[in-house]
Amino acid sequence: MRYFLNRVGFLLLSLWAAMTLNFVLPRMMPGNPAEAMMAKFQGQLSPQALTALEKQFGLTNGPILVQYFDYMRSMLTGHWGLSFSYYPTKVTTIMSTSLPWTLGLLGIVTLISVAFGTLVGILIAWKRGGVADGIIPIVTMFLQAIPGFWLALVMVYFLGFKLGWFPMAHSYGNSVQVGYNVNYLFSIMNHGFMPAVVVFLGGVSGWIIGMRNNMMTTLGEDYVVFAEAKGVSKSRLIFAYAARNALLPQLTSLAIALSSIIGGQILIEQVFSYQGIGYQLTSAVSNEDYPLIQAMFLVIAVTALVINFIVDMLYGRLDPRVRRGGATS
Amino acid sequence: MNGSTQSRRRKGSGALSLFLKNPKALVGLIIFAIFLIMAVFAPLIAPYNPQSTNFTPMQGPSATNWFGTTSLGQDVFSQFVWGARTSMVVGIGAGVGGTLIAILVGVTAGYRRGVTDSILNAISNIFLVLPGLALLIIIESYVKNTTPYLNGLIIALTGWAWGARVFRSMAMTIASRDFIAAAQLSGASTLRIMFAEIVPNMTSVIVANLMYASLGAILAESGLAYLGFENIASSSWGVMLYWASTQGAMMGGAWWWFVPPGLAIALVGTSFALMNFAMDEVTNPRLRSAKRKKAVKKMLAELNEQRRKEHGDRPEQPGVAN
Repeated sequence: MRYFLNRVGFLLLSLWAAMTLNFVLPRMMPGNPAEAMMAKFQGQLSPQALTALEKQFGLTNGPILVQYFDYMRSMLTGHWGLSFSYYPTKVTTIMSTSLPWTLGLLGIVTLISVAFGTLVGILIAWKRGGVADGIIPIVTMFLQAIPGFWLALVMVYFLGFKLGWFPMAHSYGNSVQVGYNVNYLFSIMNHGFMPAVVVFLGGVSGWIIGMRNNMMTTLGEDYVVFAEAKGVSKSRLIFAYAARNALLPQLTSLAIALSSIIGGQILIEQVFSYQGIGYQLTSAVSNEDYPLIQAMFLVIAVTALVINFIVDMLYGRLDPRVRRGGATS
Repeated sequence: MNGSTQSRRRKGSGALSLFLKNPKALVGLIIFAIFLIMAVFAPLIAPYNPQSTNFTPMQGPSATNWFGTTSLGQDVFSQFVWGARTSMVVGIGAGVGGTLIAILVGVTAGYRRGVTDSILNAISNIFLVLPGLALLIIIESYVKNTTPYLNGLIIALTGWAWGARVFRSMAMTIASRDFIAAAQLSGASTLRIMFAEIVPNMTSVIVANLMYASLGAILAESGLAYLGFENIASSSWGVMLYWASTQGAMMGGAWWWFVPPGLAIALVGTSFALMNFAMDEVTNPRLRSAKRKKAVKKMLAELNEQRRKEHGDRPEQPGVAN
């Protein structure tokens, strides 16, 4: 229970920090960029929208604390403002149409890469010193160091443009009818394949290396050596003895890796024009659509924080030591 | 005091020679050295001015332009060489900066404990879970047209959390050792204990983190530059990718324009990852000592054999050990 409260407390604290950052950043910058933006959109927006914007970006002369509470209230009540580039669409509408794409891609690929990476890590740790253990870590290090967006560019060029195997942009084709039908589903899979491969290659390395190193540690533990000497079958030894205890640190890594996976996906979505949160964020930035930028940042942050919270809860369930106390971080 | 310094040094040089004997470390060092030389001697190596537009645009690799030309008729190879300088300075600089912040935060939190620790730990955990790139993008959307160096600074300011976490737990372990208690009793100041006693004892972790942080920084910088956040007149690998993608290198079939910079980032990053991995192997004996395990196994097998002879062939109950 204490663990649970501790985690909820951290979730709330970090959510507050993300929202406050969103408030502080535009006000901290030299020469509020929102001012330039307001001048630009002067003729195009309704007076109400302009007033709302002035409030949102601190162009009113009210005391900063009043501004802050106003801001917090509108954020918490879902009044996130209107987008310029899709004027007069609410940013919350854009958010709800693009979030499923991001979460879908992120979720599916992360599940696959965790499962695959963990399995490969287990196997190469077992056959340590073998050919696979020599080559795979080096390959994964290279994969980890490749900028995801560049790999995406190269794939778009060679597989999309030159060979024409996969569509080069968007999350589904223009000609298919949206809804529960086979064509739509096929189109989604076809469009999602290349982004998924890039996200997968970027993420899988960490799981392989992490699991390999954890396994090395548990395989060296006396209880595993003893079990092996005792003649416990190989598969039982690997999975029931060593891997089981090596898995927990993987979960911690998952919590930490998520923020970088989500960050990496922003750029990948941009390259593939995949209509997720990351793509919306980058195009909002190039359109100087500040309400949308703020909203997308907040959504990305909240996504990361909530998933992190879920992983923490899972961790608590799986490792009783954490629940019973002594939980620090 | 003197004795402890000496033994520390001996241990350090042992780790260094182990590090140099590790093939992964060696390959990493060689790749790193090649790019470092390229960065240092960029003015001598680059055949042309990277910005001059003297050549026929969009030409493939040839004897005069090793990596072809851009859509403006610039020499890609010259840009590539100069890009090494910017990207590596920014990457390593941001790595060093981030690591310094991490040491400051992590060691303070780990040594002081109490309220200081709670606050610093909460802050680093928040920075750890917030997606760094999203944070960078939103900061950059307010700061327009940054130089690569300002980008490096921003990356350092946002990317220290992971290191701080590692250093914090390291500092906690070291702080419980006897020599720290001795230093406290002899009246050494807190600052002195933190930076003269604790920090030198976690050198290998700091070096490993430095490499990891530099890898992250090079990737982050290239991503930001690719999105067009960096002053587009500057020459870095990320800016090259920005120009390539906005000036139609893809549709023009100019693979020579966008393949080299990305590959270079990947290679420099790999060299950091290799050295980091080797560092891990050197400092964590579990990761390399297959011999010890075999010995233990052999011994246990012998014991088992003996017992079997004594008690007759009774089948073992699996799962007891767990």
